[in-house]
Amino acid sequence: MFKKILIANRGEIAVRIIRACREMGIATVAVYSDVDRAALHVRKSDEAYSIGPAAATESYLRMDKILDTAKRSGAEAIHPGYGFLSENAKFAQACADAGVKFIGPTPHSMEMMGSKTRARQEMEKAGVPFVPGTSRGLASPEEGEKVAERVGYPVMLKAAAGGGGKGMRLVHTRQELRSALESAQSEAQRSFGDSEVYIEKAIVNPRHIEMQILADEHGNTVWLGERECSIQRRHQKVLEEAPSPIVDPDMRRRMGEVAVKVAQAANYTNAGTVEFLVDQQKNFYFLEMNTRLQVEHPVTELTTGFDLVHLQIRIASGEKLPFTQSDVEIRGHAIECRIYAEDPDNNYFPSPGKITVLLQPSGPGIRRDSGMYEGWNVPMDYDPLLAKLIGYGSDRQQAIMRLERALYEYFVAGIKTNISLFQRILRDADFQAGKLDTGYLDRLLAKNNQAVTARASEPKIETLETIAAIAAGMFAVLDPASPVSKNGSVAGTPSNPASVPSNWKQKGRSEALR
Amino acid sequence: MVYEVIVGGNPGGKPHRLELEKAAGGWECRLDGQPVPIDAVITRRDVLSLLVDGHAYEIKREQTATDLHMWVGSTRFAVELRDPRSLRSRQKAAGDEKGPRKILAPMPGRIVRLLVAENSEVEAGQGIVVVEAMKMQNEIKSPKKGVVKTILTTPGAAVNPGDVLAIVE
Repeated sequence: MFKKILIANRGEIAVRIIRACREMGIATVAVYSDVDRAALHVRKSDEAYSIGPAAATESYLRMDKILDTAKRSGAEAIHPGYGFLSENAKFAQACADAGVKFIGPTPHSMEMMGSKTRARQEMEKAGVPFVPGTSRGLASPEEGEKVAERVGYPVMLKAAAGGGGKGMRLVHTRQELRSALESAQSEAQRSFGDSEVYIEKAIVNPRHIEMQILADEHGNTVWLGERECSIQRRHQKVLEEAPSPIVDPDMRRRMGEVAVKVAQAANYTNAGTVEFLVDQQKNFYFLEMNTRLQVEHPVTELTTGFDLVHLQIRIASGEKLPFTQSDVEIRGHAIECRIYAEDPDNNYFPSPGKITVLLQPSGPGIRRDSGMYEGWNVPMDYDPLLAKLIGYGSDRQQAIMRLERALYEYFVAGIKTNISLFQRILRDADFQAGKLDTGYLDRLLAKNNQAVTARASEPKIETLETIAAIAAGMFAVLDPASPVSKNGSVAGTPSNPASVPSNWKQKGRSEALR
Repeated sequence: MVYEVIVGGNPGGKPHRLELEKAAGGWECRLDGQPVPIDAVITRRDVLSLLVDGHAYEIKREQTATDLHMWVGSTRFAVELRDPRSLRSRQKAAGDEKGPRKILAPMPGRIVRLLVAENSEVEAGQGIVVVEAMKMQNEIKSPKKGVVKTILTTPGAAVNPGDVLAIVE
């Protein structure tokens, strides 16, 4: 077993990996950029080293600095987390060349899965079901039109090197195809430095369901159940759950077996995730494989009882999987909310800044993987994910109730978060009925917010308004730092900023009023 | 103390009249003339425990450079609190539409580009500058129709919440 591991990441995932290492008696090395000196992962680690300026390209993406830090600190392995260098085959190769173990798959498997067209070609050979279309980049618009004719409109154009919705176009008719292809190719070239674009039949209102797999370096591969990830916005997941409300044991077994086949075809090792699109008839199609630990791994941990980070480290150190497929049992239900620094009143635009108040939930069935703390300044340079709140229950209904309760206890001030969004989702009738697809969240957000039905036990809205009015006054009289005593007026809408009061005037006024 | 309180983010809404007087062992509260039996304790910064006739509420205060909100449980209310004796409050109550308006940065970020030049005419809701944070770009819009009098920032500049970016008159 390793004695020391470097974590080449930041935020909640770095903290989560540091925790696993501490549990296993492994020393941890954190790396940080200039703006992350006070970040939680630095505070929690045994050793921490600066690797450069705020921009990720000059710090968390710098392979040379990270490998140099590993050597200097004597770390035997590197855990890449998710994002940053986690799916970079060159980095995995550089680790191998430097004699440091990369906790993840081999560079070869990563390369195969990193290109969507190459992955398709390999999976075609292995007999894995995938969405009808081409397994190679389109040579010409004419070829695109021919394929689209064969599989039927609507079709989806996708960048081979793509991800995050970049270089993707939905095409409904032949007339749109040519210009859509051109813009997808140029966007792919700009975003990924590779203009290869392929074509697939578009699945209407698909679900996005993925299967967790684990493979050791001795040829054993198991599946650990699916995660329903259909609740997305701008092609980013927002809420995930396990198991999926529509997957029964037979479908789970079939999906699991296909996922294992995918992993074996790629000679895959360590933790990985096979993503599927599922149509309304519950047919599932291979989409891609994510060659890393996923953000949403906790829901699988809660429903299987396995610690995926422990297992990743044990596999990387050469151990065999300590269980077989028949030991895997799905119990209960888990739902994860991704708490982002985003402003719900401003179209969920990122909202970095200083966290002035943080009240965090706990209690039965609640797990919180967080990278924030009160007083921390959330930097503007990285992804807005602050924390993950996961609710677990013996069934889906209980998991929902526990999460609602925990969200009620969760409060972050100083920056804006999307906590209120989850209260809307959890109370929504379609969500509760499990009627989900990748268009769900956009439809929900288009609805009037007031349509959310209050629970019977909650006071009427008029009562709450009265309470808010009294509370505002009580804060003002009890808290001397209160804004009203400073400004004379504080508004819920942008106030007239031309008025910055002088301290003398304020002092005089408050004295006179006494 | 006497306050005028508007709840619900509607500046033109009718204010509540809130009277709070220190009394033996606590506070006497009247809302719109009606006595309300309350007991209030600040349990920590920005968190108030309020008992109203035996009903318990935890209220969280959220304040930024420009906003004041009260969270009652998980319901959030925009609140405007005015001291009716303050001249500024009265002026403010008279309306914001007249006079120059500053455009403030709502969050820390970096200025990507300016969408208008100084002295150009803008409509209410028209984009003035683009601010980038966490790899997303956000258009900061004009709060009113008018002329962009001054632009106080340049592309590439780092800004903090509350920084004045431009003035529209």
